Amino acid sequence: MSDSKSEKMSKEYIRPMPADWWLKKKTYFLFMVRELTCVFVGGYALFLLVLTTRLGDPQGFAALLNSPPLIALQIIALPMVFYHSITWLNLTPMVMVLWRGEERVSPFLITVAMYVIWAIISIVILWIAFLYR
Amino acid sequence: MAKSNEPIGWSLFSAGGMATAFFIPITIVLTSIVVPAGWIGAESLHDLLVLPLARLYLFVLISLALFHWAHRFRYVLVDLGLRNLAGILAITCYGAAVLGTIMAGFFLVSL
Repeated sequence: MSDSKSEKMSKEYIRPMPADWWLKKKTYFLFMVRELTCVFVGGYALFLLVLTTRLGDPQGFAALLNSPPLIALQIIALPMVFYHSITWLNLTPMVMVLWRGEERVSPFLITVAMYVIWAIISIVILWIAFLYR
Repeated sequence: MAKSNEPIGWSLFSAGGMATAFFIPITIVLTSIVVPAGWIGAESLHDLLVLPLARLYLFVLISLALFHWAHRFRYVLVDLGLRNLAGILAITCYGAAVLGTIMAGFFLVSL
């Protein structure tokens, strides 16, 4: 660049990025959906936080769990957190590279193991809740 | 290389991503379907969650979910064009997660 003024301002070139870039391709859109699942994860954490304030008050606790708008919000959040789980578990073999001796454990095997662990955890939690009924 | 707190944020994001992937869907099923449908009474879930181990579960899940949210949310807002606010967003998001963790700890211990 011949303009000395702009050279002084910054050496870093920042490529302009329109705010709707993620609507231009399906993969970009799915990336954005995946990133936005965090809003539902955070929202549900907030719900659990409010629920902990009702742990000394069984009636208030029951009222919170039976509130129709909160049930509706959770039903909306459910597919989003499922999407988070699926995308997260599918990516684990990229982060967790395991070796058995000289041989790399197949990424597919790691993903399958993740789903099995997820299923076991879910069943055990449901089982505990039902046992405690 | 410049010093950065990025590894701390990323580790908590990563731990939170794993914890929420495994534990949040079934917990939502419990609180939004199983209890409201009456398959398990709200009172029995209440009594279960008061147990020390269940309180620890709630604390870890709330905290890690908040840190997972904080890390992703701050970057998603930057990706959506709030590049100039990156610093404020990071402080606000991680700050909210720290605050939520302290509150969860307080509520669950002072029970």
